[in-house]
Amino acid sequence: MADEFHLVEKSRIMDGTRMKRALSRLANEIVEHNQGAKDLYIVGIRRRGVPLAERLSDKIEQLEGVRPLYGILDITLYRDDLSTVGANPIVNRTELDTDIEGKTIVLVDDVLYTGRTIRAAMDQLMDFGRPKKVQLAVLIDRGREHRELPIQADFIGKVVPTKQTEIIKVMLKEFDDVEAVGIFERPAEEPAKQG
Amino acid sequence: MDKPFRRRDLLGIRDLSAAEIIGILDTAENFREISTREVKKVPALRGKTVINLFFESSTRTRTSFELAAKRLSADAVNISVSSSSLSKGETLLDTALNLDAMAPDCIVVRHSSAGVPHQLAKVSKAAIINAGDGANEHPTQALLDAMTIREHKGKIDGLEVAIIGDILHSRVARSNIHLLTKMGATVRVAGPGTLVPRDFSHLVENGLDVCSHVEDAIEGADVVMILRIQRERQDSAYFPTLREYAIHYGLTNDRLDLAKKDAIVLHPGPMNRGIEIASDVADSSRSLILDQVKYGVAVRMAVLYLATGGSMSGK
Repeated sequence: MADEFHLVEKSRIMDGTRMKRALSRLANEIVEHNQGAKDLYIVGIRRRGVPLAERLSDKIEQLEGVRPLYGILDITLYRDDLSTVGANPIVNRTELDTDIEGKTIVLVDDVLYTGRTIRAAMDQLMDFGRPKKVQLAVLIDRGREHRELPIQADFIGKVVPTKQTEIIKVMLKEFDDVEAVGIFERPAEEPAKQG
Repeated sequence: MDKPFRRRDLLGIRDLSAAEIIGILDTAENFREISTREVKKVPALRGKTVINLFFESSTRTRTSFELAAKRLSADAVNISVSSSSLSKGETLLDTALNLDAMAPDCIVVRHSSAGVPHQLAKVSKAAIINAGDGANEHPTQALLDAMTIREHKGKIDGLEVAIIGDILHSRVARSNIHLLTKMGATVRVAGPGTLVPRDFSHLVENGLDVCSHVEDAIEGADVVMILRIQRERQDSAYFPTLREYAIHYGLTNDRLDLAKKDAIVLHPGPMNRGIEIASDVADSSRSLILDQVKYGVAVRMAVLYLATGGSMSGK
């Protein structure tokens, strides 16, 4: 993967305020769709899905007065490119402290692109038990034409049609200096790699 | 013979930097959770082959490596010396080349001679992991000991560790001495004079204290590490009788009281109750012997993952 520092920001599609609004709307949609927060289990996918899942949990708690269950998935060991990449990626911890059996899981990630990350997350979830439903919430959907698996999101902050050479970066205060979403491009021609 | 990732062999702790040790331990900590799941398996090493090549008998280490491989979905094959071609006269090198021809991704090897894993690493395309070579090293044991210490003490840097027993013949002691001193701990060793060589103080750069009395080593220690006394040593006149060993060097509650109040006790197993460690010490809450075994699986999962191409976790 090319050095992140060589990426050039082409345009900014969300600032902090708009991100906050998008998350509020997503929280509303999740609650409305599931008729409350009962048996709702918000699961963030590392890394950037985790703070987003936390914020969605906060907002759902404000709306419903109860905090949904909350967990973290690290999908590294479930990736389908482990045998092809030169150096396997870093493993972090999965934290699902409550049984997922019979729960409505809302997977949360920052960007939906090829769908392969979500496939890995679902495979891992199934190893933990049999949830009642699994839904997907993403802040940014890069568009169906990039999908390599039949996976779509149930809750979408914003659809951003992109080229393969472009990279969407969701910047969060937990990892970055700013709260924003931008489209970046690398100078080289190799296709962008994003979950 | 071309192997681009030579660093993926784990031949000993001596070759590792403190940063690499921390990287392995952090990775291992993230693997711990998998063994607590109902489905104790992740697909990370699916399609990879791990050969456990044990020229010395072992239950714990071999089972631990086998479980680690299986929990990562690798195919594990166990070869023990009684069923190997070596008993039919094949050389070690030929065994290695034959195994290599079957394209394993990783070979875990234990041998009674020091340096065998290093020899294998020179000829094999597979990543070689040392599971104990003679009196040289047993790196995964030192790593799981370090994980146990870190879990209970929160750190290794600045701790005082006493290692008691047959230091001379112990690969566990050597690997631990390298690891602990690299990580900033102070190490004191003690045991029968015949089994604790004086010149051991030069084994590591930072030096270690060779104590004449077990009590001197244990006094004020945060960690007391007891080594297994190998009964066959008695015949070689390294010490007179097991009973005498127990009296002079065995870890009793009285001796352990010299250590810090919150000191922990480690033993690599299999232990001789009533000889190097008193039963009531072994069964006390200060003894973390079963934790060591538990963390052993996580450490070996991390090592196998890293050996077959993984990156270390960082904090």
